[in-house]
Parts: sequence; structure tokens; C-alpha cells
Amino acid sequence: MSNVSVTKDAGGPESAPSDLVVLNNVNKHFGALHVLQDIDLTIASGEVVVVIGPSGSGKSTLCRTINRLETIDSGHIAIDEKPLPEEGKELAQLRADVGMVFQSFNLFAHKTVLENVMLGQLKVRRTPKQEAQDKAQALLDRVGVANQAHKYPAQLSGGQQQRVAIARALAMDPKVMLFDEPTSALDPEMINEVLEVMQQLARDGMTMVVVTHEMGFARSAANRVVFMSDGRIVEEAAPEQFFNNPRSDRAKDFLSKILQH
Amino acid sequence: MFDFLEDYDVWEAFWVTIQLTLYSAIGSLIWGTVLAAMRVSPVPVMRAFGTLYINTVRNTPLTVIIVATSLGLYQTMGIELGGGDSKEIGFRLAVLGLIAYHASFVCESLRSGINTVPVGQAEAARALGLNFLQVLTLIVLPQAFRSVVAPLANVLIALTKNTTVASAIGVSEAALLMKEMIEIESDVIFLVFAIFALGFVLLTLPVGMLLGWVSKRVAVKR
Ligand SMILES: Nc1ncnc2c1ncn2[C@@H]1O[C@H](COP(=O)(O)OP(=O)(O)OP(=O)(O)O)[C@@H](O)[C@H]1O
Ligand SMILES: [Mg+2]
Repeated sequence: MSNVSVTKDAGGPESAPSDLVVLNNVNKHFGALHVLQDIDLTIASGEVVVVIGPSGSGKSTLCRTINRLETIDSGHIAIDEKPLPEEGKELAQLRADVGMVFQSFNLFAHKTVLENVMLGQLKVRRTPKQEAQDKAQALLDRVGVANQAHKYPAQLSGGQQQRVAIARALAMDPKVMLFDEPTSALDPEMINEVLEVMQQLARDGMTMVVVTHEMGFARSAANRVVFMSDGRIVEEAAPEQFFNNPRSDRAKDFLSKILQH
Repeated sequence: MFDFLEDYDVWEAFWVTIQLTLYSAIGSLIWGTVLAAMRVSPVPVMRAFGTLYINTVRNTPLTVIIVATSLGLYQTMGIELGGGDSKEIGFRLAVLGLIAYHASFVCESLRSGINTVPVGQAEAARALGLNFLQVLTLIVLPQAFRSVVAPLANVLIALTKNTTVASAIGVSEAALLMKEMIEIESDVIFLVFAIFALGFVLLTLPVGMLLGWVSKRVAVKR
């Protein structure tokens, strides 16, 4: 069900019922650096949003504010109509509903692949052990690493590790998945195996925010492309429109640089 | 030549040393872990307490701490730690002092171990919805411990030898017996030294080797 309406007006302060993630006038500084400037972004349920932009433009920071791995200075963020809570139990609860996949995989190094995918279910969702194990095994199967279940992360290739990381996030039944450059740390021959898993997720209707430089993925899987530069959202449009007809000069400049190679 | 040994219970004295070491080691490990948790906790009061504790205790001579438990806690404040006779009270006070002191070294070893765990590990755990204590006990500490088995072995070896300070408050462990024997058997004084030195080497050497092996076994591969 990826045929969700694509051309939504973003940034309206009022959220419609299907709006899953709403950022409203969000600002953040790192010291004197204004990394996020008046960010308005609304992501509908089932929508796949790709965030692109030059290095240092604030893409990772944006991604990380959505599950409050980074705090914000001002503005509002709501997930499924619930405002992001302060630190504490409620925040943990909310994070469980937001899956996150990191550039460097971050699989728990002292636990097996299977244990990695079971941990959140056991400790956060309090799922019975057998049930958690069955689900973990099924998810590992779904991302194509079922036969690696009893190995440790360091014994897997980067592409396999990242697919396990996706399975680990999916095990929480998240409402939305955040991907921060999930393929940037991978050898070229492993990028596709991860992108394919993500494509499939998108087709299955998962709401996704994906920071990536993979333009092919953006074209084929995204409902919307958000272009960031210097802490601002400069442009957002459907992929076709954005890649063929960027409106802003900065987007044109960025695209000309990355599409050269 | 070893006839004089029949008048002394060297084994009994070393048995007290072993017990002091064992109880103090377990206590130091627990209290040191709690201190380390405080030092990395998000609560400022706890961090401040942890830092103050470490900086005070680590820089105080052990003899001062042990004597303070006896003169301060016991004789002045009447704290007996549930020990019945004065012998048992002295033993328990010594264990308390040894724990208080060595926990600060356990804490600092552990903290350096925590620093070897990549931040991404804790972030991934938080992103799953684990709370601070879960992140610490399920993800960070297990990896930290694995990377500091060798430094912790050094703390344990130092602790074993430092139990001799308990003789300062009359705990009848190995060093106290040695003092007694030195006075009475002054003609074989070097033999007495040798016996006690050997005793401590026999205690610490296997521990060091075993933990060195464990350290390699449990190291986290990244
Ligand atoms: N923890 C931090 N402390 C201080 N500055 C930071 C921190 N994290 C990021 N920054 C700075 O904030 C800016 C935005 O960083 P961010 O990681 O969000 O950019 P990005 O768009 O993800 O870049 P990249 O494509 O290189 O990953 C950069 O200038 C970065 O140096
Ligand atoms: Mg980034």
C-alpha cells in the first residue's frame, strides 16, 4: 500500500488524523551553530520521506530529534498525535514505537544476532520468550539472514549486520522507522541487499524517514523528497519533480554535484 | 629446620587472609559497580557524590581507613556490624574498610571500560525503548566488564596484599602472625619472610593467570 497520496502540503500546524510524525517550528543549536532552523515537517502514515542534502546540513540531527536522541531548543514534535515526552518512562515507551537504523549498525556486540532481535521484545514489550524468539527468527528470515541467527555481529558482513539492525527495529512493531544513512558505511556490493529490504518495507506500507544519498532509492521508493541545506528545509517535492525540476538554486547545485558521478 | 612451624598455625592465618580477600572482593565489585553507575548517571547529585567519594577515598591511605573503622565506627560510635565477639567485629570492620577503599579502584577501572563501549551501543539501546538502568545493566556494563577483566585482576591482587593492613586493628590474618613469628623466631627471620612471601604469591599468581586467560576469552569482538 505505497499508493498513499504523495502531494500533501507539509508544515501545517494542524495535524490531520493520518499525520504520524509532526515537527512544528523546531529549532536546535549546537553551541553557536544553528543546526535546525524553523523546521516544519509532517509525515503521513504509510509515507516514505527521503531526506537529502549536503554534509553538515542537519539531516542526522533532524532524524535523531524525532526519537529525542537529540533534544530540541524550541518547537514541538508529536508522534501519532502524542507530543514527545521529557526523559523518563513515557519517552522510553515512545521510543519503542519509533524504529531507528544507524549508519554504523550498532548491533549489540556481546549478544548474538538472535538475542539482538529478541532483546527489545523481552525487556521493553515484555513478550514471552518463546514468542519473542519465534518472531525474531521470522524477521531474520524476512531480511534474509536466518542462517546467521547464532553468530555474533562481528562475524557478519556489513550488509548482513545492517539487515539484522532493521530486523531488530522491526521486532518492536514500530509505527515509523528512521534510517540515518543506512548504506553509507557499506561496501558497494552490499548496498543493494539492504536497499531491497527497505524497498520491501516501503511496499508493505511502513512509514519511513530515510536520510540517504541513494538517489535510485529516493526515486523508486519515496513519496516525497525533503532537501535540507544549512539547517533548513529548502525544498520538498515528489521525487520526480525534485530530481527533474528542482526549484531552488541550492538543490540544483547539490544535484549537479552528486549526479555527476 | 621447619620445626618451629609446629608452634604456629600458618594455615589458619592464611585462611583468614583468604576470607578477608573473598568478602572484600565481592563487596568491592558490587559497591564499585554502583559507584560507576552513579558516575555515569544522568542525575547530577549522584554524579557529584560518586566523584567526591572516589577523590576522597582513593587518596586516603588504606591504613587510615582501616584504623578509622575500628577507632571511629566501633570504639567511638559503637557500630559492631553484627559481629559477636571482638574478633568477629574486627574482621567485619576490616572487610568494610577494604571494600570502601578498593571499590574506588573497581569503579575507576570500570569507568575506563565504559569509555571503551561505543556510544552507538547505548544509543541503539535507548532507541529500542530501554531505560537508563536497562541500558547500563544489559548493554554497557556487560561490555565494559569484559574489557576490564585484566585491570580488575590487578585490583584483586592489590586487594589480596592489602588485607595485611587489617593487622593494624588486630585481625589475626597472615601479617599479624608474621609479626609475632619475627619477634619470637628472630634467628630464622629470613625463612619467616620467605614463607609469607611464598604464601601471598601462591594466592595471587593463579588468580592473575586465570583472569588473564578469562580476559582473552570474554573480550568483545567488534
Ligand atoms: N553532538 C554535536 N555537537 C556539536 N556539533 C554537532 C554535533 N552533532 C552534529 N554537529 C554539527 O551539526 C551540524 C549538522 O550535523 P548533522 O550530523 O545533522 O549533519 P548531516 O546533514 O547528517 O551531515 P552528514 O551528511 O555529514 O551526515 C554539523 O555541522 C555538525 O558538525
Ligand atoms: Mg549525518
